[in-house]
Amino acid sequence: MTSTIENNEVVVLKPEKKEPLGVFFWVCVGWLGVNLLAAIFANFLPIWGPQDSNNYVDLNTGPSFSHLLGTDDLGRDILSRIIYGARVSLGVSFGAMFLAFFIGGIFGMYAAYRRGKLDLILTSVSLVFLAFPSIIAVIAVLSFWTPRSILKITIVIAVTSIPLVYRVIRAATLSAATKDYVLAAKIQGATDRRIMTKELLPNILPTAVSFVMIGIASVIVVEGSLAFLGLSTNVTTPSWGNMINESRSVMQVNPWLVLFPSLAMCLLILSLNFIGDRIRSYYDVSEVKL
Amino acid sequence: MIKYLGRRVIALAVILTIVSFGSFSLIHLLPGDIATVILGTGNTPANRIALYKQLGLDKGLFSQYSTWLGNIFQLNFGNSFIDGTSVSTTIGTALPIDFEMILISQVMAFAIAIPLAMKAAKKPNGLFDRIATGTSFTMLSVPPFIFIVLLVLVVSINLQIPGTGPASFVTFGQDPFHNLVSLVLPSIVLGIGSTVVYFRVLRSDLVSTLQEEFITMARSKGLTRRRIMWRHAFRPSSIALLGTAGLNIGGLIAGGFIVEYLMQIPGIGYMLILAINKSDFLLVQGIVMTIATLIVLLNFLIDFLFGIIDPRITRD
Repeated sequence: MTSTIENNEVVVLKPEKKEPLGVFFWVCVGWLGVNLLAAIFANFLPIWGPQDSNNYVDLNTGPSFSHLLGTDDLGRDILSRIIYGARVSLGVSFGAMFLAFFIGGIFGMYAAYRRGKLDLILTSVSLVFLAFPSIIAVIAVLSFWTPRSILKITIVIAVTSIPLVYRVIRAATLSAATKDYVLAAKIQGATDRRIMTKELLPNILPTAVSFVMIGIASVIVVEGSLAFLGLSTNVTTPSWGNMINESRSVMQVNPWLVLFPSLAMCLLILSLNFIGDRIRSYYDVSEVKL
Repeated sequence: MIKYLGRRVIALAVILTIVSFGSFSLIHLLPGDIATVILGTGNTPANRIALYKQLGLDKGLFSQYSTWLGNIFQLNFGNSFIDGTSVSTTIGTALPIDFEMILISQVMAFAIAIPLAMKAAKKPNGLFDRIATGTSFTMLSVPPFIFIVLLVLVVSINLQIPGTGPASFVTFGQDPFHNLVSLVLPSIVLGIGSTVVYFRVLRSDLVSTLQEEFITMARSKGLTRRRIMWRHAFRPSSIALLGTAGLNIGGLIAGGFIVEYLMQIPGIGYMLILAINKSDFLLVQGIVMTIATLIVLLNFLIDFLFGIIDPRITRD
C-alpha cells in the first residue's frame, strides 16, 4: 500500500520528459524550406525557363543530364516547371491561410475572451458554414466569378476557411483564458489588449502553427484539384495541378510527366502534415498526461 | 427525443434558407448583364422572356429570390439555354451514379477500416498499430486526383485491364457487370480515402474507450475479447465514427467529381464541370443547390442516428 503511494509520488515529482521532435520532423522542415527557397528564387536558379521548348527537339525524354527530370510533350523542362509551379501552390496556400488566420483568428480570440452574445452569434454562424463542404462553395463561386485569377482563388479559399480557423482558435483560446495566469494579469490591471497579445497569444501559438501547417497542406490539395479540373490559372502558368491534368493525354508515352509533379505535391503535403502533427502532440498537455 | 429533433429541424430550416440564398446569389456574381451572360449563344427574344419569367429578373431582389425559390420547390430549375434540356432531368439522371459509387466505396471503407482499427487498438503502439497508423498517415498525403491518375496509369495502361480506363462507363441498366467494372477504380479511390479517415478516428476512440472502467468490469466478468470489443467498446466508439462518416460522405458527394472528371463518368460532379466549361449557369446553380441540400439533409440524418445510438445526447 505504502509503496504504491510512494510510486505515485515519484511519478508526479519527476519532471515530464518530452519526446524529442525527432529526425524526421527536421527532414520535413528542411524539405519545406527547400520548396520555399526554390519557389522564391526560381529566377536565379541554374535551370531552364518554364516555357523554353528548345525548338521542339527533345520531346518527352525521360530523365537525363541536361533535363534532370526529363521534358514534356512540348520539350519543356519538367524540373523547371515543377519549381515554377511551386510558386502557385505555395503562393495560394500561404496567402489563403494568412488571410484566413488574420480574420478568423482575431474573431476567434476575441469571441472566446469576451464570450457573451457576440460569441454565441459568431459560433452559430460558423457552425452553419461548417455543415457545408468548402470545396463546393469554392467551385461554385469561382465558376461564376470570372475571369479567374490567382488572387481570386486565394480570396475564395481564404474566406471559406475562416469558419474552421475561427473554431480552432476559439477552442484554443477558451482553454487558455480560464487559466490562473490570465486571472492574475487581470487582477494586476492589465488591459484586454495586453492580456490578448502577451498572455493568450503565446499560449495558443503552438495550436495555431500546427493548424496552419495542416491548413496549408489542405489548401494545396484544393488548389491542385481546381487546377486539375481546369478552374485555376490559365494553362500558360505552370502549376502542379495543371501539369498533372495536361499530362493525362500523354500518359502512355511519358509517365514521368505525371509522376514527378505528383511526387512533388505528395512529398510537400506529407511534410506539412507531419510537421503539424508533431507540433500538436509535442505541445499537447492532455496527451502527455495520458 | 422530440425536443431534440425539434431543435434540429429548426436548425435545418435556417441552414437550408442560407444555402438557398447563397445558391440564388451566385448568378449575381456574373459580370455585366446577367441575362445576356446566362443566355450566351442561345440569346433570342423568346429565350430572354423565358429567362425573365424563370428568374423574375425584372423585379426587385427579394421577389427574384421568392420567384426562384417557388420554382425550386416544384423541382423546376428551368431549362438550360445552352442545349435546351431540363436542368432537373440532367440532375435526376446523374445523381444515381454518384449514389452507386458512394455506396460501393463506403461498404469497402467500413469493411476494411473497422477490423483494422480494432486490431490496432488492441495493442496501441504495437508493431501492427505502428505500421497501420504510419501507412494511413502517408495515404492522407496523396490527394484523390493524384491517386486516380496513378491507378489509371498502372491498372488501365500498364496492366491493360479492359473496361477500367477513362470513358469506359456504361449505366447499370445497360450492362450491370461492365458498369461495376468501370466503377472499380473510382470506388477504390473514394473508398481508400474514406478507409484512412475512418481507421484513424475509430482507432484513437477505441484506444481511449478500452481504458474505461466498464471494460475492466466486462473483462473481470470473464467475457471473451471479441464480445468486449464489439459489444462494449465498439458501440460507444461508433458515435465518433458515425459523425466522421457523415462529414466524409458529404465530402464525397462534392469530392467525387474529381474522379468522375478524369474517368468521364456522367455523375453530378462531371456534369458540374461540363456545365462550368459550357457557361451553362442555370445548370451550375441547380447542381450547387442540389448538392448543398443533400449534404444538409445528410447531416440531419446523422444527428437523428446519434440520438438512436446514444440516447444521452437527446437529453439536455
